[in-house]
Amino acid sequence: MALTGQPPREISLNQKLASITGMLGLTVLLLASFGINFQNKGLWLTVSLGLITAGILWFSYEQYKGKSAGIKNDGVWFKSLTNLGFWGWIAGLSITTFYFILYFFPKYLGLVEGGDNKGVIALFDPLSKALSGNPASQWFVYGALYTIAILAFGIKFMWKYRHNRYERLRTMSVMFFQTAFAFIIPELMARLNGTSVLNGGSLPYYDLKNIWPLNYSNFEGYRIKGFLSSGDIGFAMLIFGIVSIFVITPFLTYKYGKRWYCSWVCGCGGLAETAGDSFRQLSDKTVKAWNVERWIIHSVIVFVTLMTTAVIYSYLGNDTSKYWLTKSTFLIGVATLLTAVFALVMIFKRDQLKKDAQYGAIGYFVIIISLVLIHFYSGEGNVFLFKSGALRKNYSFLIGSIFSGVIGTGFYPIFGNRAWCRFGCPMAGIMGFQQRLFSRFRITTNGGQCISCGNCSTYCEMGIDVRAYAQKGENVVRSSCVGCGICSAVCPRGVLKLENGPLEGRIDSNQVLLGNDVDLMNLVNQK
Amino acid sequence: MENIVIIGNGIAGISAARHIRKLSDKRIVIVSAETDYFFSRTALMYVYMGHMKFEHIQPYENWFWEKNRIELVRGYVNKVDTANKQLLLDSSRALHYDKLIIATGSKPNKFGWPGQDLHGVQGLYSKQDLDMLEINAPNKEVCKRAVIVGGGLIGIELAEMLRSREIPVTFLVREDSFWNGVLPNGESQLINEHILEHHIDLRLGANLKEIVADEYGRVKSIIVQETGEEIPCDMVGLTAGVSPNIGFLQDSGIELGRGVKVNRFLETNVKDIYAIGDCAEQHEPIGNRRPIEAVWYTGRMMGETVAQTICGNTLEYKPGHWFNSAKFLDIEYQTYGWVFSEKGKKEEEQHFHWRHATEKLCITLAYHKDSNLFLGINTFGIRMRHEVFDRWLTEGRTADYIMEHLADANFDPEFFKHHEKAIIAAYNKETGKSLKPKKKSLKRIFQLT
Repeated sequence: MALTGQPPREISLNQKLASITGMLGLTVLLLASFGINFQNKGLWLTVSLGLITAGILWFSYEQYKGKSAGIKNDGVWFKSLTNLGFWGWIAGLSITTFYFILYFFPKYLGLVEGGDNKGVIALFDPLSKALSGNPASQWFVYGALYTIAILAFGIKFMWKYRHNRYERLRTMSVMFFQTAFAFIIPELMARLNGTSVLNGGSLPYYDLKNIWPLNYSNFEGYRIKGFLSSGDIGFAMLIFGIVSIFVITPFLTYKYGKRWYCSWVCGCGGLAETAGDSFRQLSDKTVKAWNVERWIIHSVIVFVTLMTTAVIYSYLGNDTSKYWLTKSTFLIGVATLLTAVFALVMIFKRDQLKKDAQYGAIGYFVIIISLVLIHFYSGEGNVFLFKSGALRKNYSFLIGSIFSGVIGTGFYPIFGNRAWCRFGCPMAGIMGFQQRLFSRFRITTNGGQCISCGNCSTYCEMGIDVRAYAQKGENVVRSSCVGCGICSAVCPRGVLKLENGPLEGRIDSNQVLLGNDVDLMNLVNQK
Repeated sequence: MENIVIIGNGIAGISAARHIRKLSDKRIVIVSAETDYFFSRTALMYVYMGHMKFEHIQPYENWFWEKNRIELVRGYVNKVDTANKQLLLDSSRALHYDKLIIATGSKPNKFGWPGQDLHGVQGLYSKQDLDMLEINAPNKEVCKRAVIVGGGLIGIELAEMLRSREIPVTFLVREDSFWNGVLPNGESQLINEHILEHHIDLRLGANLKEIVADEYGRVKSIIVQETGEEIPCDMVGLTAGVSPNIGFLQDSGIELGRGVKVNRFLETNVKDIYAIGDCAEQHEPIGNRRPIEAVWYTGRMMGETVAQTICGNTLEYKPGHWFNSAKFLDIEYQTYGWVFSEKGKKEEEQHFHWRHATEKLCITLAYHKDSNLFLGINTFGIRMRHEVFDRWLTEGRTADYIMEHLADANFDPEFFKHHEKAIIAAYNKETGKSLKPKKKSLKRIFQLT
């Protein structure tokens, strides 16, 4: 007789069949990438994607059918896929491999430069041609699979949280934004290229909801040319790109916190919340991980700011008579903006920053400004000691590919589903900065009802130790919180509520544990 | 430096230690026989269910204790020698104290049932009970049926745990409806139905007569008192309440009743010895509270209070308005103020009960039948804001006022359906009033001026 527990860690027979169904769909793709030439590509593509979707949906149905609505985390830590066990590592390695090939060796997927596609990319040609009129690329294949993952696992997620309307609506939202904004609209826009609508210009591929600095390449020379050569529509899109950064994002983040983006709109977040939901418990909650997180993410922000400045700088001219925005005007502008943000925070919000955060902010500010100054007085050539092209290339390789793709998504089963959003995403970092200091959003702790059980912390994909706040009766106001709402959902005592309210008293750093008598509360709150 | 020794590393003892450290530089030693580190007892169930690993239910990282100079000693206290101010640990070591805090919690009740100590019979309270459950009921093959005796909060949690591994469960409840010594009938009925929805074999009005052994001294079956029915099973969970864990204090000279007798300052009859949490028994009950309150929150409050007293701010234990919460399978329960069951309620306590037509949601509002003064509320499946109800209780609001402002108190996640309109309509119908619900006001909720 076994002395240790043997909880149900196996999946049911039907779930195994469902997994096989999905795997069959993947096998078609795999065979195609190994060079099997399917004759009727449209049919085989439909079969493949259909089987994948059906497999996921069937699996989900088997998992949640006949169970009453409620929290469905039974056995999460017993299953090898979700507790860093054998299948978790296998899954992690497989996804990582896929990303490596996708980013660095697309020819193995069948990409042929200047010729007809082969392999799995060719299999997607019919769909791509139907949408944009062009043959598929590795990015089209990736986009199509990405969208299917968000849709199918999105339905699974909604099943799982069917008692929770916040979760359902949020998921419908990311499903919509992925399908429409990230996948279909840019493809359809490509059909306009060269038409009279665009004055004969050609729009760059533009996912409108993908905002700088997540979309770090939005202001590169070739894109700006594309926008400016495409008539009013192109110009409007460029303006929209700028307005998104300076108006829309700060406004919505002030009103609702960064969740409006991270959990309702963003594609990276969308995949993390749907396909990655099973791995949310794997994020590291230690204080050490939090310290690492703050240094990495803020360094990425500095990196992307420098890189973008350098790239824009590189294609601007010096002659004011040709265009009002010259190299030096631009640099002065950037320096002024950063100084203004730095000064405002240091003057008005200094007391809300920890010591090391203050040092970090001062350090980075000095670095950026001195680089700008060095450049300003040293004239042409390199920007910030490096060639802008080198900066851009390194950023795109290190952050854009390795971090967000290979590690961020490939390691879902190892580091949890939001490793990229937490450690790497500069957009999340900037919005987080605002969320912490200037936003109406908070997670309210419900008086003294916390029992320190730890469900909230365990299921926080961003690695926030939610319980540390809740058990003190303190509200959770954290930069990294993406507002997924799962802490509130899994709380067995109804302690946590995501809400927008007045800034006054939002952080609530006084410990208020209701139920105590008033004298005691005063004594406890004395620091 | 004064030497503070705390027996027990549960929420009461740990709260005391944390607050003593905040307020002073005294030496703090915590003795526990149960585990090396503090864990959340209420979360043990989630470890068995696979929602969390044991390490997740430990609220502080392991470095926390050393950093805060809280010494943790693993050992069992056999005896308290009050004359020499020392403890006997593991029958071998002595540990001196200047001040002693007893926070040893509870142990499951056993009422002398025949067979109650057989292999396969257990309670669910400690980490050891959890480990035992992994042996007695690791899966549905080893444990083909489990019987749970006692229809309270731990009983229903144990049922939920076993069901998560698809182990068939028979649930013997002494009362004729689940927990109706505490819950009003409507709510108790709602939970009865929900228990059946989870495929638990609920036996109301059923007592345990005896537990029958097989030839190896293991549980084979149980016999129901009322019907004489024999139910074969491999595991029996005894969850008929808990009582203070104070056996080691017999003959110590510390006054004992059911628990360690304490005054309002949480002091025992022996100088420099205090008792807090589940194991403390008030000489006189405080308000409507019971003299022994085996509740997480009161453990925490007593810990905070006794820390003040020990650090020089002598402070009476004066808990504020009563509140509590629990979860019955999928249904969350919260209570603020006092709502008594039909069995326990006083003559002037009037109830208004609302239940959703299809979903498992209900509330019961208790108020004074003459003055309309709000006494308390129970909610099932609807979350309420603690701060708001606490304020309303302090302000002495009427039931009518609560009804009109119910939206202010709602704590459900955003976009959840609201039921205030339906609730107030039912209240109007029952009382012949024509109150109108007020819109939710952030100004009122957050007390903005």
